[in-house]
Amino acid sequence: MLPALPDAKLMWLFGGVLFLLIVSTFIGGILKERHRGDSSRATIDNLNARIRAWWKMCAIFAVSLLIGRVGSLVLFAIISFLALREYMTLVPTRRGDHRTLFWSFFVIMPLQYYLVGIQWYGFFAIMIPVLAFIFVPSSIAIYGDTEHFLERAAKIQFGLMVCAYCLSHAPALLLLKIPGFEGLDARLLLYLVIVDQMSDVLQYAWGKLIGKHKIAWRVSPNKTWEGFVGGVLSATALGAALWWVTPFTPLQSAGMSFTICILGFAGGLVMSAIKRDIGIKDFGVVIEGHGGILDRIDSLCFAAPIFFHLVRYYFVP
Amino acid sequence: MSEGVHPIASLLAAVARGITGVQVQWAGCEPSERQRIYFANHTSHLDFVVLWSALPSEIRARTRPIAAKDYWEETPLRRYLAENVFKALLVERGAMAKAKSPEEAKFVGRMLIEDMAAALGQRNSLIFFPEGTRGSGEKVGEFRAGLYHLALRRPDVELVPAYLENMNRILPKGEFLPVPMLSLLTFGMPMQVEPGEQKETFLERAREAVSSLRRIGSA
Repeated sequence: MLPALPDAKLMWLFGGVLFLLIVSTFIGGILKERHRGDSSRATIDNLNARIRAWWKMCAIFAVSLLIGRVGSLVLFAIISFLALREYMTLVPTRRGDHRTLFWSFFVIMPLQYYLVGIQWYGFFAIMIPVLAFIFVPSSIAIYGDTEHFLERAAKIQFGLMVCAYCLSHAPALLLLKIPGFEGLDARLLLYLVIVDQMSDVLQYAWGKLIGKHKIAWRVSPNKTWEGFVGGVLSATALGAALWWVTPFTPLQSAGMSFTICILGFAGGLVMSAIKRDIGIKDFGVVIEGHGGILDRIDSLCFAAPIFFHLVRYYFVP
Repeated sequence: MSEGVHPIASLLAAVARGITGVQVQWAGCEPSERQRIYFANHTSHLDFVVLWSALPSEIRARTRPIAAKDYWEETPLRRYLAENVFKALLVERGAMAKAKSPEEAKFVGRMLIEDMAAALGQRNSLIFFPEGTRGSGEKVGEFRAGLYHLALRRPDVELVPAYLENMNRILPKGEFLPVPMLSLLTFGMPMQVEPGEQKETFLERAREAVSSLRRIGSA
């Protein structure tokens, strides 16, 4: 049921996001004016395109949160579907995987979200790691194509884990029953998404401004130590400053945010490594127009399950 | 033949676009109301609908597929889809092989080309899968001679190669349920039969024109 008036702190958070969007749009506009026709033009156009995309993403996310639990669940289910689609398009599969893939998209993935919806924690927690883990190789084996068998089974399972299982932990925050925090769990989901995404944005910003020393340049040429440290520290500070929307103390909130940032970084790095391995440039054209949803949520996929379990372990009796 | 697109055709096109998330690239030409023969690789039952749905709606209304009679006349539903919904020109596969004498084969072949030329008429375009059957998607198969003869019969019509990517993974031969992977459709540069060009040379050139549009896994 919708509360008559959504809680004030949630509105403050939305206001903060709106403020950030307005400020960044303003800065983007100024940069565009100043650098008309010089060499940094491409970077600035890209920045402004990103800001426009952020407006849309924030609007969609805000609407889904305001609708309530079902809204968030449907939104994340759609994101999972699109991410899994991008992933499976990229990963080489064979003819013999067809039915397993069909099941992955139309049964396993929706079932995972259904389980969040009916709040069946025990089943939700084991569905993909246990049941799908057994189902995927078995169904491939029944078809009888043994070439690259282990690789194929592993790749499908990995896709399900990242795109469906891990990501479903974000809306699953809404089913945690934290004493004194009843009905306010939308804030926790928003907190996770803000810290995680701001960590990405701040790492990008710090990297662009002062980035020099590359981290793992083979995997992701744009990641630098300066971007990483600056981004993680500033996003952690931001997260700590948002303690008042969470059930955490400021120090706990800093710890949670720091964890989210580090895991987000790991998620981004792992997905970059996969893209390098597959040789994504061949597939770039396919993904480009679709905005690369997996690129946007890779950090969230790693941060969400750990954040979920930390909250569940420490704050749910 | 009545003008306009059958509503079921529009619906199926929308569904096919949704399933395949197809991105369309006009790499070698622009959409045009000129009469054309679009010829593409063939790996899936969705190929035609996806290619057709990629065309602007005014062009769609007068673009007809060429399809295999034996398959599309097998059940009443298929027949309805082929004849009423997509206004397909149904041709008999292997009709020439069934002929008893070379003369008869030649005659049957000529009739087929005449049918296709009639289907083109003064304003229609055709969608053509010159491999004649669905392949596995690994490489583009040999082209049948129909494209060559039709091109000679109607030299005024542009031949536009197209490559459909990933369709064999979305709905491969022998499967009923699609997997919603992303696909890519690339239209290439229009081509024609060169003066004096031999059948085999042209067909190989046309096949090459299609397979050179492949972006993924071509290395």
